[in-house]
Formats: sequence, C-alpha cells, structure tokens
Amino acid sequence: MTQKEIVVLLLLVVLCGVVAAASPQFLSGANIQNVARLVGTYGIFSIGVGIVIMTGGIDLSVGSICALLGVLLSMMLVEWGWSAGVALVAVIALGAGLGAVHGLLISRMRLQPFIVTLCGLLLYRGAARYLADDSTKGFGTGEGFEWLRTLAAGSIGGVPMPFVILCVVAALAWVLVHRSVYGRHLFASGHNEEAARYSGVNTRGVIAVAYVISGTLAAVSAVIIAFYTNSISPASHGNFYELYAIAAAVVGGCSLRGGEGTILGIVVGTALLQVLRNLVNLLDIPSSLDFAVMGAVILIGAIADQVFSQRSRRPENIEAARH
Amino acid sequence: MSAISKRFPGVVALDGVDFEVSGGEIVALVGENGAGKSTLMKILAGIHRADSGEIRLDGTPAALHNPQDAARLGIGVIHQELEVIDTLDVAGNVFLGHEPLRAGPLRLLDRRRMRDGARQALARIGANIGPDTPLRALSTAERQFVAIARALSMNVRLLVLDEPTSSLTSSDAERLFGVLRDLQSSGTAIVYISHRLGEVEELADRASVLRDGKNAGTLQRGEITRDRLVRLMVGRAVDSEPSRKPLSLGPTVLQVDRLRTERFPMAEVSFTVHKGEILGIAGLTGSGRSEVVEAICGVGPRLAGQLFLDAKPIAIGSPRDAIRHGICLVPEDRRRCGVVAAMSVRENVTLPGVAAYARYGLISRAAEVAAVRHTTAPMMVKAASLENPVSTLSGGNQQKVALAKWLALRPRVIVFDEPTQGVDVRAKVEIHRLIRGLADDGAAVVMISSDIEEIVTETDRVAVMHDGRITGILPRADISRESIMHLAVA
Repeated sequence: MTQKEIVVLLLLVVLCGVVAAASPQFLSGANIQNVARLVGTYGIFSIGVGIVIMTGGIDLSVGSICALLGVLLSMMLVEWGWSAGVALVAVIALGAGLGAVHGLLISRMRLQPFIVTLCGLLLYRGAARYLADDSTKGFGTGEGFEWLRTLAAGSIGGVPMPFVILCVVAALAWVLVHRSVYGRHLFASGHNEEAARYSGVNTRGVIAVAYVISGTLAAVSAVIIAFYTNSISPASHGNFYELYAIAAAVVGGCSLRGGEGTILGIVVGTALLQVLRNLVNLLDIPSSLDFAVMGAVILIGAIADQVFSQRSRRPENIEAARH
Repeated sequence: MSAISKRFPGVVALDGVDFEVSGGEIVALVGENGAGKSTLMKILAGIHRADSGEIRLDGTPAALHNPQDAARLGIGVIHQELEVIDTLDVAGNVFLGHEPLRAGPLRLLDRRRMRDGARQALARIGANIGPDTPLRALSTAERQFVAIARALSMNVRLLVLDEPTSSLTSSDAERLFGVLRDLQSSGTAIVYISHRLGEVEELADRASVLRDGKNAGTLQRGEITRDRLVRLMVGRAVDSEPSRKPLSLGPTVLQVDRLRTERFPMAEVSFTVHKGEILGIAGLTGSGRSEVVEAICGVGPRLAGQLFLDAKPIAIGSPRDAIRHGICLVPEDRRRCGVVAAMSVRENVTLPGVAAYARYGLISRAAEVAAVRHTTAPMMVKAASLENPVSTLSGGNQQKVALAKWLALRPRVIVFDEPTQGVDVRAKVEIHRLIRGLADDGAAVVMISSDIEEIVTETDRVAVMHDGRITGILPRADISRESIMHLAVA
C-alpha cells in the first residue's frame, strides 16, 4: 500500500470510530448495509472517473450519463418491452459508446477533456429530459425483469449487490491499472504524455480507452441507481455525481495533473465521502449542510496534503531520504 | 562592461569578460554555442546578475537588478525567441508592459495613443504594418520589426539583438540591416549576436569574440574576415588535432533521401548511416539538426523524403513506427521527452518494451526486475534503488536511463540529440563509452552535438548543417574544429 492509501484508510477508520461513538445507530445492521450500498453505487463510476483523472483528463459527464441511461433503461423495459438481458447489454454498450466518442474527440481531435465532457454533461441531461418528456420514469410492477432488479439492487447474504459489484469491478480495475501493460502506459501518459509518446506508447489509444472505461462504468452504475431509486426524474437524477467521483478520486490520492492515484485509494475515498454524508444524517446536522461538510473536509485534507508534501519535497529531506 | 564573471552550478559561464559599445556603433558579438554570449547579454538585460565585475553606462556604474532596471536605463534586448504575444495586436505588443493609460482612477488603456505610438515607431524603422494587425498574421520578419518597434517605444539607447536573422529570409535580413543602419546613424548603440559570419563582415564596426567564457579577441572593421573570426572562435592553430586513420565503413543501415522538414521546407537533406559507425551531426543552434532527426524518428513532422532501412523503403509516421523498425531516439530535452521523471528507474527502463515481460497483458514483476538489473548493471546508474523516481537522479544518470530504455530492444539505428548536455565530466566519459559500445555492437549511431570537442573526438564521420542543409560531410581524416566551423557558418 502507498503512504497515501494508508493515510486515507486511517482517516476512514478514525472517522468511523468518531461517528460510531457519537451515534450508536452507525453500527446497526441496517445503517451499515445502507452505507455499503451507497459506497458500491458511487464507487463504481468513481473508479472510471479516477482512471480518466490518472491520464490527466477529467470526466464531467457521468451524472448525466446515469440520467440518460436510466431513462432509456426504463423505456426499454417498460415501454418498449425489451427483454432484460438485451436492455442491460444495450445500456452498457451505450455507455461505452459515449465514452468512446469522448475519448476520440479528446485524443484524436485534441479537444480539451473539460470541454468535451462538460458538453456531454449538458447534452445527455437535455436528451434525458427530452426523451422522458420531462416526466418521471419508473419500472412499474417490474414483471419480466425481476432478475435484473435483484442483480442491481438486491443483496447476497445481507451484502448489498452494488457493494459486491464494486468489489468485482475494483479487483479487475486494480489488476488493469496496477499490474498490466495498459496500466503502465496509463501512468506514463498521465505523468508525461510527450515522453511516453517518444517511448513508443500509443498515448492516444491509452487515453481514449480510459474514457471508454469511464463511460462503461457509468452505465453499470446507471442500472444500479435506476433500480435503487426506482423512479427516475430526468432533471435531477444523477445530479452532481461527477463531482462526487472527482472528490472521491482526489481524496483517494489522484492528482488532477495526472499520473497519480490508486484504485484502492479511490474506493476508500468514496467510502470516506459516504460516511461523511452518513454522519450528517445520523448526527442530525441539517441535511442542507451535506455538501458544505464534504467541501470543508476535502479542503482541509487538500491543505494538509499540500503542507505535508511540500515539507517532504524540501532538499534536505530528499537528501535525508536518499541516505 | 568590465571583468564580468558569472558561474552557474557546475560551470563558469563568464570569466572576467570585458565588453564595450559606443553610441552609433554596431558591435558584433560572436562565439561558439556556449561561449557565453547569451549569458553576457542576459546580464546586460538584468535577467542574470554578474557574480563580479562592473557595468558602466555613460561612465556611471549602472545597477541592473531586473529587466525593469535595464528598460529604465534604455537597454533593450531582443531575444532569439521573440517575446511577442500572438493573441495581441501590433499596438498591444509594442506597448506591452508600458501601456499608456487614460487619466482617471480606472486606469483604462489609452488605445488611441497606443495605436499612434505603434504607427510612429514602426514608421521610424520603415516597416509598413498596421497597428491593429494581430501578431499571428505577421511573418517572422515583421514580428522582428514589431519587437524592434517595442524597444524604440521605450526610448532605447542600446539595442541588443540575439540571432535576429536565424529565421529570416535573405531579403528580410537585408531589410533588417537597413533598419539597424538607420538606428546606428541616429546614435543608437547596437550589439549584434550572430552565427552568420557573412553578416558580421557586412554589418559590424567591430567584432568581439568570446570563447569558453573569456575574451578571445576583437577585430576592427576591415580586419573582420570569416577566417580570422573562425580562428578566434576555435582558438587553435590550424590542424592541431592528430589526423586519424580513415574508418572502413560497414554496410549502409539507414539511408535518408531528400528529407524536408517543416522548419526548412526548401532544404533537402540526404545522408547515410553505416553499421558500426558514429555519424556526428554538427551545426549551430537552429541549423535544423534536431528537426532532421526528429523526422527520422517519427516524433516530428516530415514534409517529404524517403527513408530506407537496409535498402528497403520504410514508412515512419510516429515514434512507434520508428521503434518497430529499430530506430530509437535519445532526445535533447531529457526531462520533457526522454524520461518520465516521476516514475521509477525500473518503469522508465522498461517503458518502450514492457510488453516483452508480460503475459496476457499482465506484467511479470520478476522478469521485469531481472531485465532492468541486466541492462543497468554495466551502466553504473547510481540509483540507490531501481525503485527511486528518475527525478532524484543526477543529469548524467537520467541520461543513462534515457539510453538504457532502448538497450533491451537492440536498436538498429540509435540517435542521440545532445547526449551529454548538462552532465558532469565523469558521466560524460561513461556516456561516450556506452555510445561507442553500441556502435561496436553493430548499431548505426547518429549523434547531434553542439559541443565541437565532442564531435571531433567521438565521431567517425561528421555531417555539418547550416540553415537546414548539409553543407558538407567530413570523413574521419578531415574532422577538425576548424573544418567543422567553416561548414557550420557557411
């Protein structure tokens, strides 16, 4: 484990301890299940966004992708009568396809990631509202696709499915990012795209694939979230999710300059954010302060990190580290 | 300026240099790359501060602590990389940093005064450019004029131009000379830095030569000839190097046929590199050396021309193509292009060929570590551990990492662009040995260097470039500082 992973993990443990001490409810089965479900749901798309951030890019579109694909999933299953398997494959393929479009615009046409995915954020939100006629979509009685609902929103032996799926996704992503050739090229392109290109790395391909991964994982989350909320109001569904993802990645040790970050860090970062929200909830802090608490905690963390890393970057400390 | 000295970490850039220029005089400052010309002028411009020595302006000591001081004292420096801003218009550039303001508390720009002032300054140097023209619509020569107009708008009495003609056509250069002569007759003192000795002969009243950070001599008008300048720049009697045995050339590995690059679209470059030889490419900064090798290695654009590897035509459109054909580049800008400084020595060394240590796309750490140990062991890369980031290494060791990453690929052709720039003496010797070792193992080696000493001692043949063209290819027996310098300033 890296130093940053350990620090964030310790922080999470301390925070859990504090919340548990302040509110015995925190450790109740129902609350733990609830938090685990949220960590799973948010963690999946946060990993995708985190991988994009490792390339030095950004993906602002995941929240709107969740809304658009949620609306489409409901329409496929309820209005168009598609079978659950076909709908699932279609939704995930759409997510991957949108990611591929972002990736190509960014790596081939050299557009800025912020702009491309900001346009995605606006476009898909608009498309979702238009397709749904701005009305809330749902899954009705849910006949014919029970297995999909169970897969997305059920639980195994008390463990919520989203958390199980997160574990699988995180394990795959960990192997991809930390053990594979792709992962090595990903970090090289994120740290120094020019040097990676000079070394023969297909940097454009590496970057494009990161956006495909992000789009795909956003689609997986979209299915889970749609069944979790069970009703999709296209104007607000998935709002701010991209910011949760960016926050989780940054808290977990990703640098927006690229080239840094770990999968474990992103997952722990997601958990930290969800426990913070849970804290607001359990300690009867007005829920309107939800975002403010998160913002304050992340800011304090970023300042602490900066102070800490500046100290370790001083020449005498580098000398000391060498001996 | 008298007895100016300046040290940078590891090098003495200037060692007791004297320099003077009077109003109405054009003084040329010449010397090889690294002779100290630019450092001297940067001290005059207030960018660097001299460690010792004195600068007097009109007889009174001048305190130059920053560029603002220099500007206030009427010293204007036009650097080789023009400091103009593409997105502003001509008037905005002329008055950049000293914009006229309208009266009132809002400190608004006085556009009218800017426009009129820019028009006047440009008219004074006979340049017919509208003050509202955006800079990016101008040619290089016109940008040069804008930079001069900017200096004039600041009422300079001493104007320094660093390599002003390096990217000008000859007719534009003539225009510039006319402008400089006008300024001269109106009493401005001009310092003219150039590698083009023909221009120096034509323009200068005096030529001051620097060599290795010291005064090498001064020539008065009438004494200035190319031969005398070269001799002062090189600082040796003719043919002092021992003549060497000609090398029997191996088979041709790489043939470059009529290659043209974007920087010099009219110049065609052809040469061959043979198995087991080190071909040096010499030439002054900006002569197009890097552009040629960048096109060969797929990292830079190629307008035209064909490459042949073992007499078979090859197509190279990216570094990946070049690497697939065994053509590898150790680039000049190590930190930007040569290594990923934040990653470890191990990760850098295996970056181009990491797939060789992987199965089903997953890297085997054991195989990777073994390979890195194998490649770095004979190189004495002094990383306490192969897991340390490359950024913690010295320049010499970083360069060895930039070289080591190619070794496992067994390159057919390996190109070094300034391989020992900014490395200490010991590392330099080691790097030279590694390069020679590659050639002895049968690689065709190309080495660009601005260090003539390095070219003379380390290469088997030398192609000398000037203005994007090869002005001559010297066989081993003919390589000397003088012969290279003559071709380089053609």
